[in-house]
Amino acid sequence: MGLLNRMAAIIAAKMNKLIGAAEDPRETLDYSYEKQLELLQNVKRGVAEVTTSKKRLELQKSTLLQNSEKLEDQAREAVRANREDLAKLALERKNLLSTQISGLDKEISTLASEQEKLVEAEKRLSTKIEVFRSKKETIKAQYSAAEAQVKISESVSGISEEMADVGMSIERAENKTQEMKARASALDELLDKGVLVDFSSSGDDIDRELAKISQKGGVESELARIKAEEKK
Amino acid sequence: MIIRIMGEGQYNVKSSNFDKLNKIDNKIVEYVQKGDEKRYKKGLADLIGMIHREGIKVDNEDLIESDVIVPPADMTLEEARQVFRGTGIFKG
Repeated sequence: MGLLNRMAAIIAAKMNKLIGAAEDPRETLDYSYEKQLELLQNVKRGVAEVTTSKKRLELQKSTLLQNSEKLEDQAREAVRANREDLAKLALERKNLLSTQISGLDKEISTLASEQEKLVEAEKRLSTKIEVFRSKKETIKAQYSAAEAQVKISESVSGISEEMADVGMSIERAENKTQEMKARASALDELLDKGVLVDFSSSGDDIDRELAKISQKGGVESELARIKAEEKK
Repeated sequence: MIIRIMGEGQYNVKSSNFDKLNKIDNKIVEYVQKGDEKRYKKGLADLIGMIHREGIKVDNEDLIESDVIVPPADMTLEEARQVFRGTGIFKG
């Protein structure tokens, strides 16, 4: 069996669950409409969740960028103080951060495209729900239960397929967001523990070493820095 | 025929394209079985590209059922495997 047949079978199964079986086919309309509104709420929640996750990653990225700039400064300062060993250490850490940052960039762009897709899905679904709502009222007003049957199955099937599709889109987006959330938490933990030290806050061993030098070197170090800057 | 690209919407495509569609579909199945990710991705992209080229987008206001359901463009090889196994969100 091909992939397309399998997909059709999966969607059909999900549609059956959405349609339900009402005694009076006209009740099917109300039942479906209720489900549609529920789903629309879910899409909206999905969009909000993806947006929040994306913001969190962007925030982490900017923290890492700040740390990275700080390390760059430290390296430059170390070079000026003729402490190549410290400069190397700082640059090694900066490299580590660059890897993290480019990982975050990828995740942010994945979430951005999920966000875009869900926003589109929301638009499509709400247009269809609106069309369905007006059809539903017409059918209920004009047809007997028996006559309504055919009219109902057309529109209910059409919108149920959309719902099955949108439902799966939300689930896929949620799965992706979950994975990234787990990684974001791990990264936060690393930042907290100081493995990817937040160099801007308390001051680490490099800072302390540099502090020693600047204490020792005093005027000379200051002079060297200024000289180097003047040369640029 | 009406084709739904999941996560994207429906397209009206001439029924004469059915054989072409089938051919690509069979190849995709082969690549999934072999675990050939690169060719699988290319196959799926070809399939979707063909629908975009040959099809006319169905209006959002139309409530119609599709004849063919095409998986989302970013479906991974692992997800395609799940489709065949009937697991995860691809459980019927």
